[in-house]
Amino acid sequence: MKKIFGSATEALDGLLHDGMFIAAGGFGLCGIPELLLDAIKDAGTKDLTFASNNAGVDDFGIGILLQTKQVKKMLSSYVGENAEFMRQYLSGELELEFNPQGTLAERMRAGGAGIPGFYTKTGVGTVIAEGKEVKEFNGQDYILEEGIFADLSIIKAWKADETGNLMFRKTARNFNVPAAKCGKVCVVEVEEIVPTGSLNPDAIHLPGIYVNRIIQGDHEKRIEQRTVREG
Amino acid sequence: MWDRNQMAARAAQELQDGWYVNLGIGIPTLVSNYIPDGIEVTLQSENGMLGMGPFPTEDEIDADLINAGKQTITELPQTAYFDSSESFAMIRGGKIAMAILGAMEVAENGDLANWMIPGKLVKGMGGAMDLVAGVGRVVVIMDHANKRGESKLLKECTLPLTGKNVVDRIITNLGVFDVVEGGLKIAEMAPGVTRADIDAVTEAKIIA
Repeated sequence: MKKIFGSATEALDGLLHDGMFIAAGGFGLCGIPELLLDAIKDAGTKDLTFASNNAGVDDFGIGILLQTKQVKKMLSSYVGENAEFMRQYLSGELELEFNPQGTLAERMRAGGAGIPGFYTKTGVGTVIAEGKEVKEFNGQDYILEEGIFADLSIIKAWKADETGNLMFRKTARNFNVPAAKCGKVCVVEVEEIVPTGSLNPDAIHLPGIYVNRIIQGDHEKRIEQRTVREG
Repeated sequence: MWDRNQMAARAAQELQDGWYVNLGIGIPTLVSNYIPDGIEVTLQSENGMLGMGPFPTEDEIDADLINAGKQTITELPQTAYFDSSESFAMIRGGKIAMAILGAMEVAENGDLANWMIPGKLVKGMGGAMDLVAGVGRVVVIMDHANKRGESKLLKECTLPLTGKNVVDRIITNLGVFDVVEGGLKIAEMAPGVTRADIDAVTEAKIIA
């Protein structure tokens, strides 16, 4: 089966519907599936729920879908960089479910691994624990968190071979691996598609079994906090 | 009294050779400037990196290489990268010896509030809840009092908690305080600070 598609729009064909649940990779603006987010904006799909660590900034990342009011709900750990997000949230237009960052990552990983729930110490005794089962193990309290099962995963990698084996680069790996695993279908955008056989099998970060569709494109890769030292 | 750099330098004295450590955003980040000679520590960045290096020069900037504060950084010879679930597996699994974090409030029983002010500041907890639940030791660096001169060391936190009973040591501009049975114990006072100075701006119970 051919996994390579010509554009983000073609790669998403038949996969989008209003009210769907999408898991997206990226941390801040690093390693976000910017081309696929653009294509979802163009498709106009509405009432989306996103599991994504952050919500982008006003004009980049998931932020572009907030501007067009395509997002109904976010599952995130930190949304501090997005003024439009704050406005929509405080006015009640947007639902937000805060997840501790590690809990969000593990919920994605677990969902992708067929594990519907797990116990964690993270959030015990805080608002995060409200309404959740508490269970004691070895004298300590843990709360039950549920695995995430999304309709679609959209992620960004550095290189793919034609079978979907992926390599990521530096800290752009972040949520892309767990997000890739927890969707029924995973679409990846990469900087370069290389011939099958040219990636070292020992250096594959995510095996192609998790990847259904691949596109290659140019990435802006915007930097959020440009910090330098004197050279 | 210590200024923020002196607080960071004092916090750096908490580091032990061979430790893997996570530094929070703000004053905790400054701790990396004061790592004592002969002590080798590896800094973890929860977005997926062990062995965090200094900020890049203009030529070294790489959009794929940032820290948890979304700042551009560099790698070191011992650097390793991994995904977010792996990153929090090592945090939750107790492999990180210590986290040094900022705070809005700390209670005398070690409760920590550092992520939310209802109705005002709704940014999110990021990785803070996972860190305080998972790492071996939690050290807080913060000003002793807020801008209105009110104690940030409280009998009970008023803000939503990041973790219950999680703080081991607090370093403020006035001194170093340990969370012990029954309250906070003064481990050290900053130069020129007296017990009366501390009592005047501390709501939490201080036990000698």
